[in-house]
Amino acid sequence: MTRPILEVQGLTMRFGGLTAVSSVSFAAGLGEITALIGPNGAGKTTLFNCVTGFYRPSDGIIRLHKPGALPTELQRLAGHRIARAGVARTFQNIRLFPGMTSLENLLIAQHNTLMAATGWGIGAVLGLSRYPKAERLAVERAKRWLAATNLMERADDPAGALPYGQQRRLEIARAMCTEPALLCLDEPAAGLNPRESDELAKLLLDIRGEGTSILLIEHDMGVVMRISDRVVVLDHGVLIADGTPAEVRGNVKVIAAYLGEEEEEVASA
Amino acid sequence: MRLQLALKDALTGAAVAALLFIPLVALRTDVGGSGALTLRYRWSDAAILIGLVFIGRLALVLWMGRDGLRPSTSAGPWTLRLQRLGKLAAPAFLAVALVLPAIPGIDRYWLDLGILVLTYVMLGWGLNIVVGLAGLLDLGYVAFYAVGAYSYALLAQYFGLSFWVCLPLAGILAAFWGVLLGFPVLRLRGDYLAIVTLAFGEIIRVVLLNWVSLTGGPNGISGIPRPSFFGLPFSMSGGEGTFAGFFGLEPSSVHRVIFLYYLILALALLTNWVTIRLRRQPLGRAWEALREDEIACRALGINVTVTKLTAFALGAMFGGFAGAFFATRQAFISPESFTFIESAIILAIVVLGGLGSQIGVAIAALVLIGGTEIFRDLQEWRMLVFGGAMVVIMVLRPRGLVGTRTPSIALGKRRAIDGKLVGEGHG
Repeated sequence: MTRPILEVQGLTMRFGGLTAVSSVSFAAGLGEITALIGPNGAGKTTLFNCVTGFYRPSDGIIRLHKPGALPTELQRLAGHRIARAGVARTFQNIRLFPGMTSLENLLIAQHNTLMAATGWGIGAVLGLSRYPKAERLAVERAKRWLAATNLMERADDPAGALPYGQQRRLEIARAMCTEPALLCLDEPAAGLNPRESDELAKLLLDIRGEGTSILLIEHDMGVVMRISDRVVVLDHGVLIADGTPAEVRGNVKVIAAYLGEEEEEVASA
Repeated sequence: MRLQLALKDALTGAAVAALLFIPLVALRTDVGGSGALTLRYRWSDAAILIGLVFIGRLALVLWMGRDGLRPSTSAGPWTLRLQRLGKLAAPAFLAVALVLPAIPGIDRYWLDLGILVLTYVMLGWGLNIVVGLAGLLDLGYVAFYAVGAYSYALLAQYFGLSFWVCLPLAGILAAFWGVLLGFPVLRLRGDYLAIVTLAFGEIIRVVLLNWVSLTGGPNGISGIPRPSFFGLPFSMSGGEGTFAGFFGLEPSSVHRVIFLYYLILALALLTNWVTIRLRRQPLGRAWEALREDEIACRALGINVTVTKLTAFALGAMFGGFAGAFFATRQAFISPESFTFIESAIILAIVVLGGLGSQIGVAIAALVLIGGTEIFRDLQEWRMLVFGGAMVVIMVLRPRGLVGTRTPSIALGKRRAIDGKLVGEGHG
């Protein structure tokens, strides 16, 4: 593996008596697509929420190695600082701003850059700032991602009125507008038809090609096996496999976790 | 067939009306000569009302069919027409507002009414930032109005500061209280936020009422200095140093009223201008994004607390400006002017106008405040008329008069967004 972008060490998340993620360690490579898979309830989304700052882990370290910056320990940051540190995410159930247009959605993603250019609001109200130029640049970036996600003609339509597949793509475009070093996708292919899944796979490969590393949770094994450089498998909150797609596909523990073990079936019968 | 259906509907309506109006209207208790309560029957009044409901429902169903009137949040035909006119309507309103004092036949009564309406327009626009844009339900907005009014009154009374010095101070103090309230409260959401802001409004009023040594308690503060025209006082003496004397005019009490009118117009327009500008800027967009989805905002790196606080502080500041104006106009304030009903009226203006819509709020304030004044002759009935009007608007247009949202930026043409898609905020 190349240098890591994300390093997770001994990550544990407990909710009361329930341990959702138990002492998980893995690394996501810089410029790679790392897939996080596992049966339902394996703790994938919990781990995801720890990485993106929505949960504070009970124990363990999550370290982001953004190129050209000092390593950041994400578990110590406040929720909104994670995005500034260079981690963007999408949600399993899409969370766009439905009453705002696609373009507005992409501009909100660039809020921090734009806000700094307005002189914290006061300068912009008076019209005395670098804001117009900053906004032009922001609109250019938004247009680039609208084009990349094939949404250009929907730029002025409210996000809530877009069809499901387009909403998924818009959410990825919005996450990319924060200029992340690591893009975290929670089941991006859920609910997509095969053609849309193919488009998504191509989009993710393009994003990787531009130097953004990707961490994704996905149930669509076709997509996972085709585009991932590395696959991490969780089951019942424990890491059971970590390797290339080919290695993981042949792993006995993984097959057992997905298909169920003989003994367990006997025991539960 | 249709007649049968209409008759059935009308009878049901009349029955419901009878259930309501017989106890409410037909039976009336009066205090008799000896101080005892006597029951008076008003069967004819109740019968008229029930008859009106019957005929109204019958006509409605016959004319438009049973489903003729449907609630709608989208841009109806007349909204579209209004929006097309909007480019003309807003400047037209503004032009009328600007020349109002010069229109023949506009006497002091109309100017006073204009000042009252504009005060509520300004308060509505101020609250619109908090409720309409940021989606934070604030039931205690009147607290900031009170802070502004008392700031001016006390600063003028104890330190002899002039209105023009106190106006920004009143705004800053109100914003400060907004932030102070905001810090502990903004982690609450929806109903809980509403209740705590309601309590805050009451606390401010109760403190003003009981801190007699500072605020005069229920007696209020009187003799608050009137504003001067950039140092020239309005005085009936017409001496050298007064407004009338300086401009060589006949001294008249109307001068001050006209001045106050333009002052509140300028303050209201300032509120509007700042809001319109901020809506097209990252801060305003972040407010609207917060209203739509707070969790997504956090994932995009927006500091939710700070963004909410700015909305709260800015809304409070404009409330404070309006409060200072109120104090200087009345020359007397007491806690009685800052009861919960004021908050409720301002919120009603914002909700009726359409959350987030500037022109909608202005129209709602004009109708709600101006209307109640104009129909004063109807006495107690005007409240019934307005209650009814509000119910009708909310049934037919649940998102207010202007229920659509205009995008803040567009590559092509800006198209109004259906209110159905726009979030209402959860605190």
